Amino acid sequence: MKNRTIKVEYLARVEGEGALFVKLKGDEVVDVKLKIFEPPRFFEAFLRGRHFSEVPDITARICGICPIAYQMSSIHAIENAFGVKVEGALRALRRLIYCGEWIESHVLHVAMLHAPDFLGYADALQMAKDHPEIVQLALRLKKAGNAIVALLGGREIHPVNVRVGGFYRVPTRRELAPLLEQLKTARDEAATLVRFVGGLEFPDFERDYEFVALRHESEYPFNEGRLVSNQGLDIDISQYDAHFVEEHVEHSNALQSTLKARGAYFVGPLARYNLNFDKLSPLAKSAASAAGLTHTCNNPFKSIIVRAVETLYAFDEAIRIIENYEMPERAAIDLEPQSATGYGCTEAPRGICFHRYKFDEQGLVADAKIVPPTSQNQQTIEQDLRAFVPAHIALDQNELTWRCEQAVRNYDPCISCATHFLRLEIERE
Amino acid sequence: MHAKPKLAVWKFASCDGCQLSLLDCEDELLAVAAEIEIANFPEASRAVVRGPYDLSLVEGSITTPHDAERIHQVRRASKRLVTIGACATAGGIQALRNFKDAREFISIVYATPDYIHTLNKSTPISDHVFVDFELQGCPINKTQLIEVISAFLNNRKPNTPPHSVCIECKRRNNVCVMVARGTPCLGPVTHAGCDALCPSYHRGCYGCFGPMESPNTRALSTQFAKMGVQDMELVRLFRGINAYAEPFRKESEAHEK
Ligand code: SF4
Ligand code: SF4
Repeated sequence: MKNRTIKVEYLARVEGEGALFVKLKGDEVVDVKLKIFEPPRFFEAFLRGRHFSEVPDITARICGICPIAYQMSSIHAIENAFGVKVEGALRALRRLIYCGEWIESHVLHVAMLHAPDFLGYADALQMAKDHPEIVQLALRLKKAGNAIVALLGGREIHPVNVRVGGFYRVPTRRELAPLLEQLKTARDEAATLVRFVGGLEFPDFERDYEFVALRHESEYPFNEGRLVSNQGLDIDISQYDAHFVEEHVEHSNALQSTLKARGAYFVGPLARYNLNFDKLSPLAKSAASAAGLTHTCNNPFKSIIVRAVETLYAFDEAIRIIENYEMPERAAIDLEPQSATGYGCTEAPRGICFHRYKFDEQGLVADAKIVPPTSQNQQTIEQDLRAFVPAHIALDQNELTWRCEQAVRNYDPCISCATHFLRLEIERE
Repeated sequence: MHAKPKLAVWKFASCDGCQLSLLDCEDELLAVAAEIEIANFPEASRAVVRGPYDLSLVEGSITTPHDAERIHQVRRASKRLVTIGACATAGGIQALRNFKDAREFISIVYATPDYIHTLNKSTPISDHVFVDFELQGCPINKTQLIEVISAFLNNRKPNTPPHSVCIECKRRNNVCVMVARGTPCLGPVTHAGCDALCPSYHRGCYGCFGPMESPNTRALSTQFAKMGVQDMELVRLFRGINAYAEPFRKESEAHEK
């Protein structure tokens, strides 16, 4: 029996530092490790003792690609602890800034990190030589997403304007208006992107996953909803700890999260799509079917199409919000800190991002727990490789290695995010 | 034909935000790529071109024994080395660990500390190797990044003014948030580069660009105290994104009981 090892010492085109290790005995996979060696940054430890108003500026620094997700999840958790709910135009603006983040993050992944795999290029710059129009189109889309975040947040990375209770300053209708034209053009171009990725070639690969995402009664989910799955999970987010558990495995600096009842699960665009297809806008739905998708999709390689569809949805939604916007009287509502625990969960581009904070009566953090999307997908990624490799054993070593990398990139794993947490029970003598 | 200069981007403990700034240069990216060879940039490409590199951009702080070794290899392979961002330049937000008893801190966080190899402190790159230039900010300003890249490739000094955020506020005609609203603001001691972003959004600066050249942190603390800012709050103000930058570190320690 021949032994083979697939090793990728440094996974490229993902955020953060990771490696991949697959060991085969004959046709059988005997070991798969998604190794995460990104150094941990201890966020949950140093959040302790910080004032609630400082939390969003700190949690933003967990991830440069999706700072809004961390800001939003922590803000919702804090507001939940203090018994406050933000509604109306302020809530709409939060959806709007989330649209911006989805767009810039999804387009970055679709065109610059993932599409090169399907077309056989090492990166988007090489791809640009043969497909300049699609790379330039992607850059314009990304720029439009960044324009939303920059206008509402002050800048694209680590925005300064998002705060507990609302915003520091809200835009006028006039300030938002110039965005509209840019977004409408971009929406058309996003439809082109969906068509383009729909025409790629996909490995024939499907598994029976448990998809987990937020579900809201009337909207495609960003900030709120119940946590549901296609295998019967349906809980309030405050019940998270009763259903999910995190494990510390030796080969990874990131915890692996599983469902207590059933093990590995899948979060992110594909999960959202499968659980919330009915809530997409008509335009997004028809683009999805034109690209060959039905209401459900179990092929993780096709997540690239779903990301493009969600990008189109985000443009649609952003346009709708701006057209209906009335400037609120106040930029934020007031909060009274109290000793309490609060929960927040929002849909980061890569999937649910769960936060829990305990506060003392002055509003200082006593305890924090943050579960990023990548920790939750880690086991599913490893299981995908176990199933994928034997079916493609005939490929030569280079090609197989590349396909394995691509299978990891299906999840757009954000490795820096995944390692910021590593928090288990407190053990003190 | 002249070979294009080689650019490498390296990552240590960080959020990837600073290197993302390069990919966020939507209008300039293809132009930059035409002028230089992107020789090593794992976040963007599978391809790796061997060194030496004409310019290395280093993001992130040193937090593991392995990285403390690796930075020396990066230095050896680089003709010029520029640090980008608060992590690489001051130890970053993760330097908050430096103020705690490290061992206790680690056991708070890990159930299985043996699996983890981490240093007690998060330190800037310049604590380990010679650095040609430090670009501050969390994240860095992408216009400044383009300026730094082109300056180095043309053998000139980058033009990144060392004055405070206050000057940028004046230039933007912002009303001072301290004077008008009584909001504590680190602007007077913080390095310019953000174009006075926070005051423009009606909030105080929290120092994400780090200390300016010779900041008078003492005078600012005295002013904060007059405004009713308690010592505990003052410590937290200086102990943020750039907590381990010397002037901020000293000021926070001076108010810690
Ligand atoms: S300096 Fe800030 S933006 Fe840059 S890598 Fe560090 S945390 Fe991210
Ligand atoms: S915190 Fe200060 S330096 Fe950072 S963006 Fe705000 S004003 Fe600028």
